[in-house]
Amino acid sequence: MSLTREDVTYVANLARLEFSDDEVTALADQLGAVLDYAQTLSELDTKEVKATEHVLQLKNVFREDVVKPCLTNEQALANAPDSEAGCFKVPRVME
Amino acid sequence: MEYEIVIGMEIHVELGTQTKIFCACPTEFGAEENTHTCPVCLGMPGVLPVLNEKVVEYATRTGLALNCEIAHYSKMDRKNYFYPDLPKAYQTSQFDLPICTGGVVEIDVDGVTKEIGITRIHIEEDAGKLLHESSEGTLVDVNRCGVPLVEIVTEPDMRSAEEAKIFAEKVRNILEYTGVSDCKMQEGSMRFDVNLSMREKGSLVLGTRTEMKNLNSFRALVRAVHYESKRQILELKKGHRIIQETRKWDDTKGTSSALRSKEEAHDYRYFPEPDLVPIIIEEDYIAKIKANLPELPEAKKRRYIKEYKLPEYDAGVLTATGILATFFEDAVAVYNEPKQISNWLMVEIPPLLKEKELAMENISITPVQLVELLKLVKNNTISGTSGKEVLKVMFDTGKNPGDIVKEQGLAQMSDTVELEAIIEKIVAANPKSVEDIGSGSDKAYGFLTGQVMKATKGQANPQVANEIIRAVVAKHLG
Repeated sequence: MSLTREDVTYVANLARLEFSDDEVTALADQLGAVLDYAQTLSELDTKEVKATEHVLQLKNVFREDVVKPCLTNEQALANAPDSEAGCFKVPRVME
Repeated sequence: MEYEIVIGMEIHVELGTQTKIFCACPTEFGAEENTHTCPVCLGMPGVLPVLNEKVVEYATRTGLALNCEIAHYSKMDRKNYFYPDLPKAYQTSQFDLPICTGGVVEIDVDGVTKEIGITRIHIEEDAGKLLHESSEGTLVDVNRCGVPLVEIVTEPDMRSAEEAKIFAEKVRNILEYTGVSDCKMQEGSMRFDVNLSMREKGSLVLGTRTEMKNLNSFRALVRAVHYESKRQILELKKGHRIIQETRKWDDTKGTSSALRSKEEAHDYRYFPEPDLVPIIIEEDYIAKIKANLPELPEAKKRRYIKEYKLPEYDAGVLTATGILATFFEDAVAVYNEPKQISNWLMVEIPPLLKEKELAMENISITPVQLVELLKLVKNNTISGTSGKEVLKVMFDTGKNPGDIVKEQGLAQMSDTVELEAIIEKIVAANPKSVEDIGSGSDKAYGFLTGQVMKATKGQANPQVANEIIRAVVAKHLG
């Protein structure tokens, strides 16, 4: 199996996700199977193939540096669970 | 054991574009909280960022000014971390293919030229601002979110706080010249992170480093380097090992404290940004930007020495900021006395600016006004001392020097008849001085000149007065 329980816990921690022991085992199995399957690709010889940095055959999509109207403060905060003094309010950030 | 400081820097510079890096919101500083936002910079689901073409242009210009290679192919990546100043929970930045690589900046340290390597320059978006004003929470202002930045990363080539400061000032100077940023430190347009480690002097191995974040003045930079190097030496002497960590500098307290340990939390899981396509920069684009680069400080300094015959010191001071250099050039264009202009700009103007807590960009007099004043001094209409007084009044009132001289009756007395009468009286009243001169002591001339200046309230032309004094004394000595 390519994915350990430690891998799952580590990634879960980075993503701020919490799992029970059973869930960690299940995820290690399931995600491991997915990764193992993707691993088949490495059987191909890709020495001559250029790395794909982007899947679209597009380049240099730019925008002119011209200001357009913004949202109002009320619109910006409309979906905020909590706000104060024109700002988004979030749980206190520990310094 | 003797220790050596090893410093590398990361400099974040806000680019002076009109709009943000991926949306059309303005970048202007100081707006009401959360009034410069749109679905893109608020990180709403389903929105598509589009890169601002000016960001590519300014980053290319920055790279060329710092002698970098401009990448033919570069791309954007997502840097993932959770912090409420980042609504998307990732920062759009560049990881393995930055827009510029491998530059160099020359600095002068005590008359010795030293090269500081530039590892890379990449483009990215700034984060929002956290305000800790609310008692039960943290307030977030998203205005700054998406303001374009270049991050300039150096090699660990600096060996002292002084070198770090000189380098930072040099970079600021160059960027200000190239016009890619206003470089206003007090508005956070330029911020320094310092990577610092200590090692035994002469060793080639790097020690474990710490990273000091967000130093936003040259003074803070110097103090933070002093503090951190002392702290590390103390730890090493105690036999402790340095922990690789991010530290936060508190400029008020003059101390730093650990923010987060890099060993555990440094996994940003960079991956290519699927919503933005690659940036391809062709040679002719680079050539065009290169051709339009303004004269950079180093070249300007050399030209001042050659063209205006200025001492190297003067040329260095005058080209230290683009604004001062422009002022000088505007003045010299209408008045071909470079050294006189330089003297006044270097010696007389700075204390007046300091007294009023002004920067050169807010100076209340024009180059033409300064020139008018210098002409009055040069042709002896007023003395140098009066000139300084007039300059002060010009600073306060913005009036023309000619008018000030008239109003205050500062014009020098070069009228010999009038002066002769005054000097005749003074010499007659000081027979002791005449006697001293007669017996070979020239010191008394100084005393007599002083008396004349006092009697004329400093309006006597010193040279003319001197000649008359000598003539009158000679007459008295018979």
